[in-house]
Amino acid sequence: MAGLFTVGEAIRDTKAPGGPVQDQWEARRFGAKLINPANRRRLSVIIVGTGLAGASAAATLGEAGYQVKSFCYQDSPRRAHSIAAQGGINAAKDYRNDGDSIRRLFYDTVKGGDYRSRESNVYRLAEVSSAIIDQSVAQGVPFARDYGGLLDTRSFGGVQVSRTFYARGQTGQQLLLGAYQALERQVAAGTVEVHTRHEMLDLIVIDARARGVIVRDMVTGGLETHLADAVVLASGGYGNVYHLSTNAVGCNTTATWRAYRKGALFANPCFTQIHPTCIPVSGEHQSKLTLMSESLRNDGRIWVPKEAGDGRHPREIPDDDRDYYLERQYPAFGNLVPRDVASRAAKNQCDAGRGVGPGGRGVYLDFADATARLGRAAIEEKYGNLFDMYRKITDEDPYQVPMRIYPAVHYTMGGLWVDYDLESSIPGLFVIGEANFSDHGANRLGASALMQGLADGYFILPNTISDYFAKNPSTETIDASHPEAVKAADAVRGRINTLLTINGERSVDSFHKELGSIVWEYCGMERNAEGLQHALGLLRTLRAEFWTNVKVTGANEELNQTLERAGRVADFFELAELMCIDAFHRLESCGSHFRTESQTDDGEALRDDADFAYVAAWEFTGDNSPPKLRKEVLEYHNIELTQRSYK
Amino acid sequence: MSMAVSAAWGMAKDRACALSLRLVRSPDRSYGEVMVVSNGTGQRSRALRSSVLLHAVMAVSGLIMVLFLLAHMYGNLKIFEGRQAFDGYSEYLREVGEPLLPRTGVLWIIRVVLLISVLVHIYAAFTLWHRSRAATAGAGGWRYETTKNRRGVQRSYASFTMRWGGVVVGLFVIYHLLHLSADYVAPGGASSSPYQRMVNGFSIWWVVLSYVIALIALGFHLRHGVWSAFASLGGNSSVARRRGLNQLATVVALLILVGFLIPPLVIFAGWVR
Amino acid sequence: MNVTLRLWRQHDQDAAGRMVSYGVDGISADMSFLEMLDVLNEQLTAAGDDPVAFDNDCREGICGMCSLVINGIAHGPEGRTASCQLYMRHFHDGDTIDIEPWRSPSFPILRDLIVDRSAFDRIIQAGGYISAPTGAAPDAAAMLVPKKDADRAFDAAICIGCGACVAACPNGSAMLFTGAKATHLGALPQGQIERNSRALAMGNQHDAEGFGGCTEIGECTAVCPVGIPLDMISRLNGDVLSALRHNST
Repeated sequence: MAGLFTVGEAIRDTKAPGGPVQDQWEARRFGAKLINPANRRRLSVIIVGTGLAGASAAATLGEAGYQVKSFCYQDSPRRAHSIAAQGGINAAKDYRNDGDSIRRLFYDTVKGGDYRSRESNVYRLAEVSSAIIDQSVAQGVPFARDYGGLLDTRSFGGVQVSRTFYARGQTGQQLLLGAYQALERQVAAGTVEVHTRHEMLDLIVIDARARGVIVRDMVTGGLETHLADAVVLASGGYGNVYHLSTNAVGCNTTATWRAYRKGALFANPCFTQIHPTCIPVSGEHQSKLTLMSESLRNDGRIWVPKEAGDGRHPREIPDDDRDYYLERQYPAFGNLVPRDVASRAAKNQCDAGRGVGPGGRGVYLDFADATARLGRAAIEEKYGNLFDMYRKITDEDPYQVPMRIYPAVHYTMGGLWVDYDLESSIPGLFVIGEANFSDHGANRLGASALMQGLADGYFILPNTISDYFAKNPSTETIDASHPEAVKAADAVRGRINTLLTINGERSVDSFHKELGSIVWEYCGMERNAEGLQHALGLLRTLRAEFWTNVKVTGANEELNQTLERAGRVADFFELAELMCIDAFHRLESCGSHFRTESQTDDGEALRDDADFAYVAAWEFTGDNSPPKLRKEVLEYHNIELTQRSYK
Repeated sequence: MSMAVSAAWGMAKDRACALSLRLVRSPDRSYGEVMVVSNGTGQRSRALRSSVLLHAVMAVSGLIMVLFLLAHMYGNLKIFEGRQAFDGYSEYLREVGEPLLPRTGVLWIIRVVLLISVLVHIYAAFTLWHRSRAATAGAGGWRYETTKNRRGVQRSYASFTMRWGGVVVGLFVIYHLLHLSADYVAPGGASSSPYQRMVNGFSIWWVVLSYVIALIALGFHLRHGVWSAFASLGGNSSVARRRGLNQLATVVALLILVGFLIPPLVIFAGWVR
Repeated sequence: MNVTLRLWRQHDQDAAGRMVSYGVDGISADMSFLEMLDVLNEQLTAAGDDPVAFDNDCREGICGMCSLVINGIAHGPEGRTASCQLYMRHFHDGDTIDIEPWRSPSFPILRDLIVDRSAFDRIIQAGGYISAPTGAAPDAAAMLVPKKDADRAFDAAICIGCGACVAACPNGSAMLFTGAKATHLGALPQGQIERNSRALAMGNQHDAEGFGGCTEIGECTAVCPVGIPLDMISRLNGDVLSALRHNST
């Protein structure tokens, strides 16, 4: 362990007011200083990313009267990857009168996160969840309705209440379009400037405060310096460190990683969610994985052949020769165990040689029984679009042949550390949505990501950022000639030049693939000390090779997708190391993080609350110097810590 | 595609901006300029020049002409009642409305309405044609380098021939007016009797052929035109309505085609003389 | 399988472009069309050439970024499929495949197969929203929405804004995109107040961007990866005409 990291001073969240958890948000809002509407137009905010969090924050801050500059790498804000979220969005509306409440949503989220999230943040999330639905409906988000015209809800992600609002299988798309339209409305009003096809490559910190960003115009290659009174990162998660994930291929860590290198703490990087129901990899060429809604597990039965290497067609394997392993191992929950449990169980079956499909990396998800029970029409009605998608990708008919599924990286709970105000450890740098670490602990519940992104953007950040502005008036006006801004721009330019001049033998993608396979193998569904140390060695060797042997064609001053990818992969290399170090240091199993050294006798995750009930926030100390661990101890006053059991 | 057209793809944005009155171009950028889009005043007056309105104008003027065509067709079929009835009907059109209106008053009202419809229809058509040329760098559906699938995925022949078919119909109308209305072009011999003019003209094979060709062009024009007129006016409100409107368009087109074809063919066959 | 690609190469907005042929070997039927292009790009990179630039992001058919005209058809031969969801099993060994960008002067080509679709953002800016300031919303259950209307709004709202409708339209019209947004918001009770002014403003911006008018041909609906129906254009037409009749702005 020695040498991989050092331990620094503990940190704590100083912004959450004390008192009962249900009063904290109101107390904080009352305690926060406000900015007079007339003065807001003198204050500027940079927001990086236009997903649910970024778009909703930009729209709301623009509407409030601040000058907002918004950046996204896509050609339109509407394309941010929030758009791909399928399932739904949770809210403690209790429209079904089924015993739901703010406290229950709070409890479910903390428990679902395996007790590694902050009570204060999660309670607030549950508290504002209702307002998100109100806001979205007012914007025209076409949520599903019943025949009486009321909003429909469903039960999702293994909770016992029906609190998930949805718009068929495209809830993320509809919510994002709502936020996007609100954003464009502000663009028309002149309060928000959107810069599309711009990628943030560095953060500008002046006098220990975040004051701007260096962005690259992805069409001309021009490096631009943008300055503001505060910077908000809403740049999403880093699942693409694994190369193959359900993320869009452009998703990256560069914005958050550059902020980390400028002093923002990176929390719990090893908490990455692996989603159990994805379409398996079909070959070497695979560039991305496609998720299929978890709802499939409501009616489908998961099985593998009992005999390893059973080459028979699945329909010819009789029931006696099948192992419905989830139903066998978890009789109470069966096929509906949480994501992390279902994923690991599938991996174990495949590791034991019982996997099916190409490379033996897949398990069957079978609808034969459900079809016999409910009829084909009912199955079509419920899952028709998913079946069509599966058929399009695999060319197999799931009505005839069981689907093959395998887990894939889906969401990253880790991210930049923020306090109750969503402010990072760099004053003036706020982090919202998937980019921050808050709220989901070690595992995220289904339909909670959309809730968090919009809660942060619509309701939390706009309230807390005013307090920052009020308490930190900018005295000096700065421009792009400020030494710190020039230094940041020069560093970015230097890095781009380096990438362009290596002119080695290997393509960026080949490095990314190899990087991904290392992280997936050793820091994926199961981790252990030996594997992680081995991975660190591999990562360092590969990273060194990258910087001497990568081939980046073309020039900076043009639209150059290879150069864009090279910069992102370079940052993924550094992040991957930190993930492995974080996974290595956390010698417990919790949520998505399963250490083989820490399991119960029957192979379930064993948490260690005595030693690890904290947030691991990592501080950058230099390129050749180990990161410093800063612990934020988690205290639970409202929820009793219990061991999860789904037996 | 020529080099010149290729370059046009690059410069296209300039034109888009020139068209866009309210877009402000920031000086340092050549794409994706930050702009202010107006959503306030002046929208009404701008909308009066919009493609939507021009299409509505085309639709209304076109439907007026369809109504005229139906009446015209009905009148033509009076040829079966013989010379007297047919010429009497022609005279009736001049007398109708008397004494409230002067002689040929109603006819002139109809003529003026039709003339306005025709002119407006043509003006809107050419304006929209020009806009769609501009919106496709002058190449319409053939703006791709590839020669594969140039006919599109599902477009009909009727929609494909709307514009040139319209030109054919327009030229035919001039010829037709000179022939049977003005008696100026008189193949087969001039006559003061409308009945006789028809019989004289349609006894000649190439006159009949020219009418057949023009009427087929008209039929295609109406097949797509009637449907799209209702759609342009907001009438296509559902899948069922779309089916209904398309059926209506087919019926109207066939009715007019067959109704107008009968007299010339019958005359040519010698059944009416 | 081996295929020959003829694709559009253009260095930047101001450069002239041309079709260039490349052979690509070792394609498997399970590859997506974009993965096939990845293979080509790896091949080009190894040879020291510039890879072909093409827009793509989610690669699951929802973000609307991918935008390829394949053999003259926007998003390729499979109906209801975005370019990224098209698989090579729909092609044959030895095929020559022509790949071009969306062609519309309102979508200038930035490089190779990448176009600038910011015109669509500006159409939304003009009025493609319901004004609902954050925090001012009434309870979501306060307004009942008939299921029929909610479903209709949803069917329009699934537009992914890819621009295939423009690419396929012989008139270069973006009315399907514009009509889908007008229908989405206009079908809902909360969208009624701005319905007429929205239709006017979006329609005007549509024209100002240089898109052509709609002649109800329907090529757009044939290539639309999510199946937006043609009646949404008619709906917009009706709203614009109604706005002009009622002097609402």
